[in-house]
Amino acid sequence: MLTIFSDYTLRTVALGAGALGIVSGVLGSFAVLRKQSLLGDAISHAALPGVVIGFLIGGKSPLALLIGAAGAGWLGTLVVRSIVRTTRIKDDGALGLVLSVFFGIGLMLLTFVQRQPDASQAGLDTFLFGQAAALVRSDVVTIALLGAVAIATVAVFWKEFKLLSFDPEFGTTLGLPMGRIDVLLTTLLVIAIVIGLQTVGVVLMSAMVVAPGAAARQWTNRLGVMVPLSALFGATAGVSGAVISSQEAQLPTGPMIVLSASVLVLVSLSLAPGRGLLWELWRRRKNRKRLSVDAVLADLYALDLQHEDEHPHSVAALNAMSAERDGVGEELKQLEDRGWASQAAEEQWVLTDAGRAEARLRSRSASMPGDGRASEEADGRLGAAP
Amino acid sequence: MTQPQLEIQAIAVVTAIACALPGVFLVLRRVALLSDAISHSILLGIVLAFFVAGSVTSPLLIVGAAAMGLITVVLVQALTRTKLVANDAAIGLVFPALFSIAVVLIARYSGDVHLDTDVVLLGELAFAPFERLVIAGYDMGPQSLYLMGGILLLNFAGLLLFYKELKLATFDAALAAALGFSPALVHFGLMGMVSVTAVGAFDAVGSILVVALMIAPPATAYLLTDRLPSMIAGSALIGAAAAIGGYWLAHLLDASIAGSIATVLGAMFAVAFALAPQRGLIAVARRRGRQRWEFARTMLAIHLLNHEGLPEAADENRVEHLKDGLGWDGDFTAEVVKQAKRNGLLWEGEGALILTDSGRRLAESAVAA
Amino acid sequence: MTSFTLAAGQVLIHGRPYAEQERQVAYVPQRGSVDWDFPTTVLDVVMMGRYGTIGWMRRPGGKERALALEALAKVGMQAYADRQISQLSGGQQQRVFVARSLVQDASVFLMDEPFQGVDATTERAIVLLLQDLRASGKTVVVVHHDLQTVADYFDWVTLLNVRRIASGPVHEVFTEENVRLAYGGRVAWLKTEPAATTGSTTAR
Repeated sequence: MLTIFSDYTLRTVALGAGALGIVSGVLGSFAVLRKQSLLGDAISHAALPGVVIGFLIGGKSPLALLIGAAGAGWLGTLVVRSIVRTTRIKDDGALGLVLSVFFGIGLMLLTFVQRQPDASQAGLDTFLFGQAAALVRSDVVTIALLGAVAIATVAVFWKEFKLLSFDPEFGTTLGLPMGRIDVLLTTLLVIAIVIGLQTVGVVLMSAMVVAPGAAARQWTNRLGVMVPLSALFGATAGVSGAVISSQEAQLPTGPMIVLSASVLVLVSLSLAPGRGLLWELWRRRKNRKRLSVDAVLADLYALDLQHEDEHPHSVAALNAMSAERDGVGEELKQLEDRGWASQAAEEQWVLTDAGRAEARLRSRSASMPGDGRASEEADGRLGAAP
Repeated sequence: MTQPQLEIQAIAVVTAIACALPGVFLVLRRVALLSDAISHSILLGIVLAFFVAGSVTSPLLIVGAAAMGLITVVLVQALTRTKLVANDAAIGLVFPALFSIAVVLIARYSGDVHLDTDVVLLGELAFAPFERLVIAGYDMGPQSLYLMGGILLLNFAGLLLFYKELKLATFDAALAAALGFSPALVHFGLMGMVSVTAVGAFDAVGSILVVALMIAPPATAYLLTDRLPSMIAGSALIGAAAAIGGYWLAHLLDASIAGSIATVLGAMFAVAFALAPQRGLIAVARRRGRQRWEFARTMLAIHLLNHEGLPEAADENRVEHLKDGLGWDGDFTAEVVKQAKRNGLLWEGEGALILTDSGRRLAESAVAA
Repeated sequence: MTSFTLAAGQVLIHGRPYAEQERQVAYVPQRGSVDWDFPTTVLDVVMMGRYGTIGWMRRPGGKERALALEALAKVGMQAYADRQISQLSGGQQQRVFVARSLVQDASVFLMDEPFQGVDATTERAIVLLLQDLRASGKTVVVVHHDLQTVADYFDWVTLLNVRRIASGPVHEVFTEENVRLAYGGRVAWLKTEPAATTGSTTAR
């Protein structure tokens, strides 16, 4: 683990991956909130023809490749948008179309260039899966600089981006140029993706956009918390992926970064307070218990109505009436805690006055004039499909 | 044409049609990107099946890969159903994770697994004729032609038998459920079709071209027709044409066949997008233009009607004063007046414009509406 | 229609559980529930109502076609049989849905806001149809929000607002007091949908 401080290569890779994680975490948050998670996938694939054209024009200069990639990625988003706006093809179709067709064009150009006699192929093959191990200091500087510009822009236009993600139509009514703000945010997303291509590659870049944002969303309902948290998750995934892959031979860095991010997502989905799956399970259990307590109260009341005076009832009778398989002991304890029932003798329970009043109140609100089997919780929209 | 050239084109055409058939329903059901997810995550199925079978030619690989395609769909659905992430995010989380596991496994055991991830993603159709089907010493042709031909027949039969169910469950899932056709069953049937097709096709054309072949032809056909049967037939036709066109483009440039086919598909979509009758960009622009002139003529008629019979009419309704009254520039005004005259809405007397009966009716009905 | 979940209780159709009686119920959903860009024709959509009777794998034929055309004629849409569905107005879409429910051979019709945002012609056409259905012994349950027309259109009403407020013959139950119970007080926090009125025309 400590090699991260001493090993030059590892330090470079970890720094680069971490910086990339921060940038894609920040911009990915917005993409996730705007339900554009897969736009990242389309942009990263659409960048390929730009990379090849950049290579043809600027040679191996990293800047030429970056500009080419960004240009093509940006053009891809433009095409997606105009297809969705003018035809009846929906988001998913337009994204899939642009993703695969742009990539195909890139592939055709790439193979065309490669088969020219004087072509040098270096730098282009890494595009598919990335080659984090080949990151050098100047790459990290590029990532950090471009990333800093992107994040600073987010800070400057924070409230506009927030409005765009939440309610763009309202923004329009405020007189804000939402179309241009959208273009700006999309441009930043393109930058975030393009600087990541060299590290994690085309196929996995989409995960770097989606995973940190989706994980961060589970822990908070506030954008101001979600975005920094997403950046933190992105950085964690980047650095830990880089470190893990350095520990053993033949653990490719890009996939390890994505798997680290996926673990963060899994943990967030299960544990996040209020939303997480474990939390939900616990709540459902509690809810079921509440309902079963209510049912026992109703049963006691029904038995009670058959007698004029206060009369104890056996647990056996209650067990027989209840749907609970493990008996009603626990439910009776709960009723006792609330002062609605008390134990009269061994295995004998009686309804208290407070319990009788409570049960009467509930039964009255449940039974309405008309037929007796009315649903208590009819939600007012009969037979409406969700 | 040489024998391999013919064979490559045959494989490409068969693959394109096999992909287009389920693709139509992917596009209509708005789950086009599941094809992207499935075509990537099947790699994990192949790797795992390889560990079990121990060979890359075992038919178990196809079964494993198709099963992984369905598992992908199930995982995406389960994740969406938690309501913790949206459907598109669920897709974007599931397939990169599965694909990553596959890449790591291949890298770790690269000595044993003879799988090249580049080939998985990009495919190499040019090599497809090298694997021959040999029965009793006779060369029956390339294996992938039989594989894809079989998958095409399967898809065609599935579509023929369950056309009505697919259509209903796609258009109105609630009604399908009420009439006893489980939409979930139909969905998984379709996804099974997509998975098997993706597995068969990716070997020849690569997983990303599978996406192009499944989505681009239906998307193009969708712009050209209003009928489901012609959308299906059109998709198959477009896919087949792109396969042949792409082959020759690749031949010309000495470039990747898969990439060239995708390029041709893109070009065909672009042409349809621009030129489609009624829905194309040009048709829409022309319709908008026509509506603009129509609107201007009506405005002119209303303007004339408003001033008709009033003392200032002779002045206001002169051509040279119209541009002030309506805020139009000179050329535009002249054109509108010319059109309105041609349509018999008005005539010019002593330098002022006078509405005809039909022009007055137009203005009155426009005002009333 | 299996796509709704019961909060409590059970659904009985003619005294038997809904699951056994699914075919007896024809559901007319709200227009927004389907994709009107779907590449198909009006006649085809109406024929979909017959799919349940035809069963798996078999194709609809001439008989289904005739039934669908007949249903379209009943809602005054026979001239539109070959139209692409995206070319219809809102009211015409609604009539297509109603025609589709007619061919289902159901005895109970469930309509979710059939008069929402439709033109006067459509509303009249649907109401006449409802009366026909009642005359032929069918039960029609309508989710309805327009208080003005309740007394004219229906003979049995159930007022709902989270819980059931009242249920019975229109002339007994549709009183100012009950309506106020359904709408009053809660309007402020329920905002746009204060209550649903379930009217039903029932043949006895």
